[in-house]
Amino acid sequence: MKTSEAAENEGLLVRRIKNGTVIDHIDGGEALNVVKILGITGATQEALSIATNVPSKDMGRKDIVKLTNRELSKEEVNRIALISPHATINIIRNFKVWEKKGVEIPTLIEGIVRCPNPGCISNTHEPITSKFVVTPKGLHCKYCDWVITKDLTSHII
Amino acid sequence: MGTQHIISIGDFDRDEIDRLLDHAGQIDRKKFDPDALVGKILAVLFFEPSTRTRMSFESAMARLGGTSISVGSVDACSMAKGETLADTIRVVSGYADAIVIRHPKEGAARLAAEFSTVPVINAGDGAGQHPSQTLLDLYTIRQSMPIDGIDVALVGDLRYGRTAHSLASALSLYNARLHTISPNGLELPAALAAELRDKGMEIVEHEDISEVIHDVDVLYVTRIQRERFPDSASYFNVASSYRITPELLADARKHLIVLHPLPRVDEIDPRVDESPHAKYFEQSRNGVPMRMAMLLQVLQ
Repeated sequence: MKTSEAAENEGLLVRRIKNGTVIDHIDGGEALNVVKILGITGATQEALSIATNVPSKDMGRKDIVKLTNRELSKEEVNRIALISPHATINIIRNFKVWEKKGVEIPTLIEGIVRCPNPGCISNTHEPITSKFVVTPKGLHCKYCDWVITKDLTSHII
Repeated sequence: MGTQHIISIGDFDRDEIDRLLDHAGQIDRKKFDPDALVGKILAVLFFEPSTRTRMSFESAMARLGGTSISVGSVDACSMAKGETLADTIRVVSGYADAIVIRHPKEGAARLAAEFSTVPVINAGDGAGQHPSQTLLDLYTIRQSMPIDGIDVALVGDLRYGRTAHSLASALSLYNARLHTISPNGLELPAALAAELRDKGMEIVEHEDISEVIHDVDVLYVTRIQRERFPDSASYFNVASSYRITPELLADARKHLIVLHPLPRVDEIDPRVDESPHAKYFEQSRNGVPMRMAMLLQVLQ
């Protein structure tokens, strides 16, 4: 059963949506990075609700993101795994959970992260997108072999 | 099978490297068809200066009966007008049967391979990879001794020196032990050292070459670039302490070989040239049979 505080938070901060996607169990404090990695900015059209540091029985605290009228694709869902591997995705149709899925760490990510190596060809005006192979050690630039081992979010384009 | 490119030594396994070295050995013994690449054209796209790599690729192509074409200097080509490398590669793919490329940006050869319809050989991309140099380095070592389990000292600029990075990676396939001697700030990149150690390679750092000269089989010397230092005085101060002299080599193992990708500036005393340890000019000469083997691999 939800604590009254959690219920109050959800009621006040993240209302139910009719259609769209609810990203739940995001690691506390990572919601804004999840939004960033999905490419959602002030210029995009989604109605967006974000709740951060909501009390969670399992996680201590968690973040929640609700996107109205947008269903995330598998590729988009998997990007989230890079930041918050425990996140769960609920696709909502007519107020009901239509589909529930976890996130899987992708093997290759394209065009989401900028290579930190200033000498890398992917940081020039060539008609390519950045490509990183996801390895246990981090993100390996397919062009210059640079490996991003920490602070991934600061490299999101 | 798709188009075969040679981009990074890391793309090869031990058997593939050994096969290429064996093939270069056969070519060195004149066992090759001088008309093997008649009618084939190699595009030589060098966006950075080069003497040995460029000329040895052209020589290799000529010895196999093929032809090389190039644009001359970078200033003379469309890149100077702002054309992307991707477009240049698409265009040149239509003129040649293979492309050999040197470019200042890391990953440029990988990009070229994405856009090319013909094989691409990386002849050096920024501080990145230089696989043909690594192969000829290994070939030269193997002419003097089996590569397995040897002790190799890498001396000089190990941070920016792409030949040292590629060679270190390749040596990890041969259970070699690495000794590094470099000025402060020019050490082997930590990420590369960690990767090599993960592969089981032993890497020992030394302050001075004399500490290790008795214990190594190969001394691989690289150029310390003047522009890495704030002024000439500090450059000369550092460079002089990394200089290979006949006096230093007096304590070396008899079979020790000294290699250098060249050009050298002050790193090796010219008096060393006469020593039986000096193999750097032979190493340079080996560029031709090694690159002949590479051209045959991608073009046949």
